[in-house]
Formats: sequence, C-alpha cells, structure tokens
Amino acid sequence: MRKPKTIIEKIWEKHVVHEEANKPDLLYIDLHLIHEVTSPQAFEGLRMNNRKVRRPELTYATMDHNVPTIHRNVIKDEVSKTQMETLKTNCDEFGVPLADIHHPDQGIVHVIGPELGLTQPGKTIVCGDSHTSTHGAFGALAFGIGTSEVEHVLATQTIWQAKPKTLNVKVNGKLGTGVTAKDLILAIIGKFGVKFGTGYVIEYTGEAVRDLSMEGRMTVCNMSIEAGARAGLISPDDTTIEFLRGKRHVPQGEAFDKAAEEWKALATDEGAVYDEVVEINADEIEPQVTWGTNPGMCIPVSANVPIPEESENAIEHDEIGRALEYMGLDGGEPISSVNIEHVFIGSCTNSRLSDLRKAASIVKGNKVNPNVKAIVVPGSFSVKAQAEEEGIDQIFKDAGFEWREAGCSMCLAMNDDVVPEGERCASTSNRNFEGRQGTGARTHLVSPEMAAAAAIKGHFVDVRHLGVPTPS
Amino acid sequence: MEPIRKHQGLVYPLNRANIDTDQIIPKQFLKRISRQGFGQFVFYNWRFDSKGELREDFSLNQPKYKGTSILVAGENFGCGSSREHAPWAIQDYGFRVVIAPSYADIFYNNCTKNGILPVQLTEEEVQTLIQNAETESYYLTVDLEEKKVYDNQGFETSFEIDDYKREMLLNGWDEIAVTLTHADKISQFEEARK
Repeated sequence: MRKPKTIIEKIWEKHVVHEEANKPDLLYIDLHLIHEVTSPQAFEGLRMNNRKVRRPELTYATMDHNVPTIHRNVIKDEVSKTQMETLKTNCDEFGVPLADIHHPDQGIVHVIGPELGLTQPGKTIVCGDSHTSTHGAFGALAFGIGTSEVEHVLATQTIWQAKPKTLNVKVNGKLGTGVTAKDLILAIIGKFGVKFGTGYVIEYTGEAVRDLSMEGRMTVCNMSIEAGARAGLISPDDTTIEFLRGKRHVPQGEAFDKAAEEWKALATDEGAVYDEVVEINADEIEPQVTWGTNPGMCIPVSANVPIPEESENAIEHDEIGRALEYMGLDGGEPISSVNIEHVFIGSCTNSRLSDLRKAASIVKGNKVNPNVKAIVVPGSFSVKAQAEEEGIDQIFKDAGFEWREAGCSMCLAMNDDVVPEGERCASTSNRNFEGRQGTGARTHLVSPEMAAAAAIKGHFVDVRHLGVPTPS
Repeated sequence: MEPIRKHQGLVYPLNRANIDTDQIIPKQFLKRISRQGFGQFVFYNWRFDSKGELREDFSLNQPKYKGTSILVAGENFGCGSSREHAPWAIQDYGFRVVIAPSYADIFYNNCTKNGILPVQLTEEEVQTLIQNAETESYYLTVDLEEKKVYDNQGFETSFEIDDYKREMLLNGWDEIAVTLTHADKISQFEEARK
C-alpha cells in the first residue's frame, strides 16, 4: 500500500525541479503576487543584470499597501506616489499584469487572489508579504518571501526551499455562537505562542475548521505567520470547490469538475503522519482581545490583563511589563473596562464581504460611540461594490462609520490612515506590534463583530452579551 | 553580495525577545525604491523620541556601542513582516553578524541573501554574551568557515548553519546566477507539465 501523505508533502513533491543531498530543493512557483512596497528593488535588480521576468503570465501585481482610501487621486505623500508609479512602470516594462488603484480588480493582494480564482488548491504561491499564508485556506502552499527572493522568482519562477516540517493544529469540537475564526486563531496563538510554528508548515484540521467558510479559513491561515509558520493550510473540500466554482481564473464547465476531483485528491490521506501535532478545544474558546504588543498576548474578553509579577520567568516578566507600559494598561484590570478611541474594520485578515456583513449585523440600528472614530476599509474594489449593492455601506454610514476605498490602510498605516500617538484602536487586523498603526499607537486585535461592538460601546464588550443577535 | 568568512567586531546587546521587523524598521521608511540608506532608520522608534530627538536611554545610542558590528538579541528575532528593509537597515547601520537563540524564518533567509550572517546559539550562551557586552566593551570573532564564535577570554562555541547558505555567504554568490545553471531543468519541468 502507498504510504499515506499530508497535503504538504503532496504539493511539495509535485513542484521539485531539482534536488541534491544537503541542499534545499529548487521549487517551482505557480503564482507570484506582487505589490508596490516589496518589489521595486527586485525589478531594479533584474534591470541591472539585464534579466527578464521568466513567466509574466504567472505573475500578478496590485497596489494596496500605500494607497489612499479617501480620495483615489489625492496622494499627499510624494514618496508613496513614486512607489506606485514605479510599480506601474515596472509592470509595463516587464509585461506583468497589474490592477492599479483605478482598476476594478484592485484590492489587498490576499483578498483579490482568491476573489479572481488565481488562488487554487495545490498551487505554490509566493508574494513579498508575510500574510501570503492566507492563500493556504484553499489547500495551496503559500508563503511570504523577501525582496531578494521576489527578484529570484521573477527571474527563474523558482525558489530554493528546505523541506519544511509539518505541524497539525487540530481543533476539536465546534466554536460557540458569536465566536469567530479570528477568535480561533488568536486563541491558538495565545495558547501556543508566537513562535510555535517556526520551521513548520501548519495544517489546520478538525471539526471547527471544516465548519468554517472560506473567508473564515482565510482569516485563520492569514495569521499562521503570527505563530511563526511561514505557511498554514487547510485540505480542500466541498466548501473550497463551491467557493471557486465560476471564479474568473479557474477552469470552467467540465474542466472545472475534473480540476475539482484533482484538488480534492490533494487532501491529507487518512493515517498520514505529521512531525508535530497540537490540539485545542473549540468549545472552550471565547471572543478574544489582545492586550499587549504581539498577537500571542491575548485573552478572552471576560479576563483581566496579566500582572508581570505573576510570571515565573524573568524575560517574560520584562516583556509583559514593557508591553503594559507601551499599551498604557495596569496589570490586573479587566480588558472590558478599557476605553478605545478608534475602530478599524479591514486588512487582509478581516475585510471580506462576510466580515463586513457580520460587523454590519452588529452595527445595524446603533450609533458609534461619540468618543470613537470608526472606519471600514473593504478588502477590494469588488468587496466594496458588492457591499454597496447589499446596502451594507449605508448601515455603517448611518451608524457613523466612515466608508472607505479598498487597501491595507490602518493595518500598517503606510498611507494617511494613522492612529495618533497614545490613542487606542480596536482593530480587525493581524499585528499589534509597537508603532504598527502609528508611532505610539495602541492596537487591540479583535474579530469584526467585536470591533463593531466596541465601536458602539466605546470599550471592549463581549459581543455575545450585547443584546443584539450574533451571527453564527 | 559581499562575502563573509570571518568577522571580528564590537558586540551590541539588545536583551529583548520577539523583536519584530516593525521595530527594526518602521513602515514609514519602506517607501524608498532603492536598497540603500535604511541604516539611519534602524530601531527608529526606540532610538528617537516623537520629536525626532535621540533617546539617550536607549542603549544603541550610547557612545560605548559606537562602531558595533555584531548584534546579539533575544529569541524569535525578526518576526512579523517579511520586509527585507529590516536586514538592509541592520546592514547599512554597520552590522555584519546577528546572534540570537532563534529567528523568524523569513528574516533569517533575508539575512543570508544580503551577506549578513545570522548565528543561532543557545539561550544560555546568548545571555552570557549579552551580560558581557552590557558590562564592558566586548569583542567577538565569528568564523563562518569553522562555524565558531569566540572571544579572547576563553568563550568559544560552535553553531550550525545549512551548508547551502554557508556556501552562499562564504562566496557572496549571486543566487539567481546559481539557479540559472539549472535553467534546462526548469524548462524541462515546464515542458512536462504542459
């Protein structure tokens, strides 16, 4: 009998171009996504060495990190403007397809890949962006790379990679009502730490993972990097296939059904062995809020902020103390008593249509707290258009939210969407690092539902006890 | 890239774990389109206050670490964003070697593509080096050929590094040129999939 294999091994074996003992494998790349911030130096390198893009048709570029979200044509920062113009020049010169800021396919690179059906099961996908792990939701092997590697993939369509170890994160049972994919991944990182995935590719399995929509799976895989894993994926199933059916870049008609069979066959075999397995019980997970300066510093909304003195080890003690100081919090205070000044609903983690629908269902008929400035930044031009068709934009606007154009926006504040120093933001993004949303800004990561609830109340609140129906 | 075989330099200790690339170089400095000039922004929000003045309480600003070229830090160094601007900034500031108990994968890789040697030592060894460098002007020698780190006071240890990465760093090779020696195999692979 054939040895049972994980999906990770299956995809890997199909992409090895060259292998030698004691060396990484040379791996073929099926899809290379590009954005304006991590690509200019790569194109410049090609130019200096008189090299071409080997497979421009397997490359796809968009502008997302720097783009303005209020007025598309008003880019105050000349340097940002140059970076966007440079991407346009590079794509024109090297023949790479580009969705620029006026293009109807523009959006956050990790939102548009799946939306256009460029992201498919079994593909190897790279991008000069650590949240490339998002695409793993489809059963693709997708990981972030640096700019030198971007240049390498542009020139050769391959990358040198040591075979990763495999890690099964098994989520037993079901998530409770009002507990989301975001809470699940935050709880996983909170439980196992910000580096438990280093050196591994994670496969998420278990009933709660199977129950997730594709959007939920993307949220989970997106934050694999926050656990240290470059890639995280989920074996394809009917949910995957139905999401992809009819998307622009997937095969159509009978060819789709044939592809779907091949995709499903990629799923991890019964009895396949991982290098490591960890487990978590879904029914124990509550809505989460981060209190500190990395995504592992998170607690259930009903809990209190940790006290440094209660920590056993000296390094951890210092880390907690420093994080509390930066965050302007006292050890021991309930997280639900913490007031916020900003709410950001957006980012490659939580800016898809279903995220906006769920947040809107909380917001509907309520008003943003007068002390809070709240913005919604859809993940793509297409998400924005669909939301407007459904009237979701109006729900947010009626409540006092600002409704913006698509982009990365306040997740990393490279454009004008910045949280001022010392102010606090409930954010649906993925990183609460010091200065991430602005110098001295204080970020608390939450789900879209929890962000919406915080916008209304002006502080964190368990969305399940808000007195409005919570979406399942 | 510039080859690195053996490097001797002044050690700068930064005793924090989970230093992310947003700390190494904040996002407002990622807008340049060249690889040069990022050193002035390294650890910007720790080195400078909100008015842009040097913060004297941040150790890297102290005169005793002027001219440092070996950075020693806590575990999971370089986590977060894949930005290669982080190793560019570290290198442009003058660092050739980083020593830590563990690294984020992307950062580690990015270092090796730029002629920065990331050395992995045990937590205990790293703490010893940090203590030494906090108390005196402390110099280390890092020998990539021999895979050893030592000082002139009796500290000596060895480290592991992938043979491929070691060879690339020792020779300063252009990785794309190396890969293109396999161009036939890439073409064959593409043909076979049609």
